[in-house]
Amino acid sequence: MTTRRDFLKTGSVAAGAVALSSSLPGALHGTEAMVPRVRHVATAPEMDAVVKELLMEALNAAKLAGASYADARIGRYLQNFVVTREQQIINVVDTDSIGIGVRALVDGTWGFAASRDLTKAGVAAAAREAAAIAKANGVARDRRITLAPAPAVPNASWKNAYEIDPWTIPVEEKADLLIRSNAAGLKAANVKYVFSALFFRKQERSYANTDGSVIAQTIVQTAIQQQFTAVSPDFSDFQNRGNTIQPVGRGWEWVLQKQLAENAVAWGEEASAKLKAKPVEVGRYDLVLHPSHLWLTIHESIAHPTELDRAMGYEANYAGTSFVAPPADFLGKFTYGPAFMNVQGDRSQPGALATVGYDDEGVAPDEFLIVKEGKVNDYQTTREQASWLDWWYKSQGKAVRSHGCSYADNWSSVQFQRMPNVSLMPGEKEQSYEDLIAATDRGIAIVGDGSFSIDQQRYNAQFGGQLFYEIRGGKIVGMLKDVAYQIRTPEFWNSMDMIGGKQSYEVWGSFFDGKGQPGQVNAVSHGSVPARFRNVNVINTGRTA
Amino acid sequence: MPRDNITDVLSAPARLYHPGGSALPNDSILSRDDAQALIERIKQFSRADAVEVQIFGGYATNVRFADNQMSTAGGVGDFQVGVQSYFGAKHAVVTTNELTDEALRRAVEKSETLARLAPDDPESMPQLPPQQYQPVEAYFPSVADMSAEARARIALTALEPCRSAGDLTAAGFLQNNAFFTAFGSSTGLFAYHRGTSSNYTVTVRTTDGTGSGWAGAEHNDAGQVDFAAVSRRAIEKARASQKPVAIEPGRYTVIMEPQAVGDLCQLIGFYADARATDEGRSPFVKQGGGTKVGEKIVDERINLYADPFDPMVRAQPFDGDGLPLGRQEFVRNGVLETLYYSRFWAKKKGVQPTGAPTSFLMRGGSASVEDMIKSTPRGILVTRLWYLREVDPRTILYTGLTRDGTFLIENGKVSRAVKNFRFNDSPLFMLNNLETLGRPERLAGTEAGGAVVVPAIKVRDFNFTSLSDAI
Repeated sequence: MTTRRDFLKTGSVAAGAVALSSSLPGALHGTEAMVPRVRHVATAPEMDAVVKELLMEALNAAKLAGASYADARIGRYLQNFVVTREQQIINVVDTDSIGIGVRALVDGTWGFAASRDLTKAGVAAAAREAAAIAKANGVARDRRITLAPAPAVPNASWKNAYEIDPWTIPVEEKADLLIRSNAAGLKAANVKYVFSALFFRKQERSYANTDGSVIAQTIVQTAIQQQFTAVSPDFSDFQNRGNTIQPVGRGWEWVLQKQLAENAVAWGEEASAKLKAKPVEVGRYDLVLHPSHLWLTIHESIAHPTELDRAMGYEANYAGTSFVAPPADFLGKFTYGPAFMNVQGDRSQPGALATVGYDDEGVAPDEFLIVKEGKVNDYQTTREQASWLDWWYKSQGKAVRSHGCSYADNWSSVQFQRMPNVSLMPGEKEQSYEDLIAATDRGIAIVGDGSFSIDQQRYNAQFGGQLFYEIRGGKIVGMLKDVAYQIRTPEFWNSMDMIGGKQSYEVWGSFFDGKGQPGQVNAVSHGSVPARFRNVNVINTGRTA
Repeated sequence: MPRDNITDVLSAPARLYHPGGSALPNDSILSRDDAQALIERIKQFSRADAVEVQIFGGYATNVRFADNQMSTAGGVGDFQVGVQSYFGAKHAVVTTNELTDEALRRAVEKSETLARLAPDDPESMPQLPPQQYQPVEAYFPSVADMSAEARARIALTALEPCRSAGDLTAAGFLQNNAFFTAFGSSTGLFAYHRGTSSNYTVTVRTTDGTGSGWAGAEHNDAGQVDFAAVSRRAIEKARASQKPVAIEPGRYTVIMEPQAVGDLCQLIGFYADARATDEGRSPFVKQGGGTKVGEKIVDERINLYADPFDPMVRAQPFDGDGLPLGRQEFVRNGVLETLYYSRFWAKKKGVQPTGAPTSFLMRGGSASVEDMIKSTPRGILVTRLWYLREVDPRTILYTGLTRDGTFLIENGKVSRAVKNFRFNDSPLFMLNNLETLGRPERLAGTEAGGAVVVPAIKVRDFNFTSLSDAI
């Protein structure tokens, strides 16, 4: 947690970096860019004594108001955007929000209240309001909510994998990088427009609960968004190339590593090439899906349906339910895919978006197999949900514990079950995306995520992509356009017959995964290897207005 | 950040600071005078060539239930101040939710620092001079003052009948919002709006897993929402939708209830940007260049417009630049009347800016859904749509699925429940195939959000491309 004093210190570091950069125009334009001149080695945060006192004040007030359990989160949520198009800036935005969220369990029902008033009186009032809401809900209570035990973590701190805090990088350096990258993209034939943005998030989270946990964490996330648009000279067509770079739980070092100005030439040329691509003929094809594309199919058709709250009907009114329900019919029984298919849930992969030290209930997340050797093996859980599967865990000789999937997207949001990183694990044979293409006689290779839509139980899905390549006789023979494939989830995953090995594993993800009412946004990563799917239904989406 | 001593912040409007710390709704909702005083205070800290200040405050309460249980419930008060500083063609925005003089001054200074460092924005526009706004009365105490127990009792309108039925489970959400927004700039422009909304949605599923029904309602005034009727409608839909049969995907005559119409037709507004069209990348580009403005793009009975003063909408009567919004026709009698012009693009093209609309309306007809069913020999009745995503921006071709109540109509009657469909179609194609317009309703929230009032419609040849097993 940053206090006001720390913030002022950070501010002066930023000002120093500004001065340094201004005196060295162009210093970052060459290969030196890969070696940052000021390395802010970030360390795990210490919880500020005042923040801790406020958290304790809130917990005490909740207990006095009748809570059997309560937790409190004081969080500072910072965002920074730099947005450009072509050779100009569109906007520079810096947001800063701080406050407390208190959750109270009274007689087996939840109440939550949030306030930006960080005084002792203010946090106590929020705690009392949370307890009062919980009590008022007693009139509509049926079953009592119970929580699976979790060991108290009395004095923990953690930070994610970022090395350079993006808030220490001056705005003109960010803008300059984007504008140079846009210029490179605009060099391609027919590329008329380029949109690009840098989007940084920083969360300074302090947590305490009535079990005795006190935890401070700092998380930095970075997204680079780009869209290159090619327009045909006769205005008969336009094509976009976007989703070029995955968002990550890293800092400014990630932006440098992606070499935007150097790589934009190729992205612009890809947009241009899409104008000349051949419209796809509808039919059934073998698909070779690159990790930059397959992550989204994993997200929609495996990760969402194995959220336990969704499977139990808790999202029925919005995000939907799940075909992987009821759990008793699926755990250990349902064949999701071939025996070489293993899907892991975790919040531990360095640089992944859902990676944390502790979740928003004070639980240290574990690594667990959601799909094990092709069969459904587990669900994503919180402390409220873990006991719903106690029969299964006992039969497997496992402890009944939360997998640490509780998350709130802001101090003002109540925590609930959110997706950990959910990844398709590498196969034993070391083979690459290119090896999969070489083994395919008639198919389509897809790179990058495009249009995506799936039903509320996660059966019927339709996915587009960014780049589509026709495969004939083990070779890429040209580019296709207007491609989308339609699947029924169980048949699709069971049609998977080849996957890549460790060397081909890549982690992609989403900055904006929506769920819950009121809606909350989660950032989540999905590791994947390339994989091949047999005989998938492909449609042509091109029409004229 | 932590403020233990309240006296150092008392120079700001007194209502912002509540030494008792109680999180009451009105602490986050400033009056017009207090909002103006706060903006003036922030402007005094500015050393920039020009400054714009936007403030937002809100108090939101909710109750959530699922699986016939109470789930989460909460009350959240927050406040946001956004400061945009300008130095010539340079500008930057900084927001904060801390309201001490120290925090506000720091936000202003930070926006000035960022703006000075930012590259020139050649499209930066001068601040608008003061404007006249016609106020919209959108704030109702029925929403702002509803107690936690009253909210829980609304949940009971769904939970009680479903628990006692034994074969139904209810999931639902009630959200009450009270908010204000204000916008001011160094030219003396000042705009203020406050409002409330009560939104209630329910999904009832049958315990055999074969039926699901949804209903919802929204109004600025909670007194105008019949919560029990929403719960009843979801229960009726759930029962009627049980044991659906598969029928072949293909082109069908479809009756869409207003919720489905809103999700699809609202999209047209997002693509109606003049600049993107002039640049050759919108569905409203004419072959060979130019725009389709003045051309008939949909059936002549279709009228799409924005109107913040409509009593079913009561939306904010100004946009993010402080431009006053009035009634604005986008499609009149099927003809594309205008595209959306930002202040910059309007100036460049020598036309009036339209402002960014805060509402979306479609004029209706007089037919009820029952009338439309009676006149249909064979067709599909759709309750709502789900997971709409762009497939092709050149035609507004979208994909998505039906959900929570999809029925076959045969010989003028609903004959049975059918499995859900995936569609691939465009609202532009759909509105060219119009048969009948129904009566407009305020929607309980589309996927894109916003204040939307549209009728049910009946259309020919809607394109269902595959079946879904999802219930």
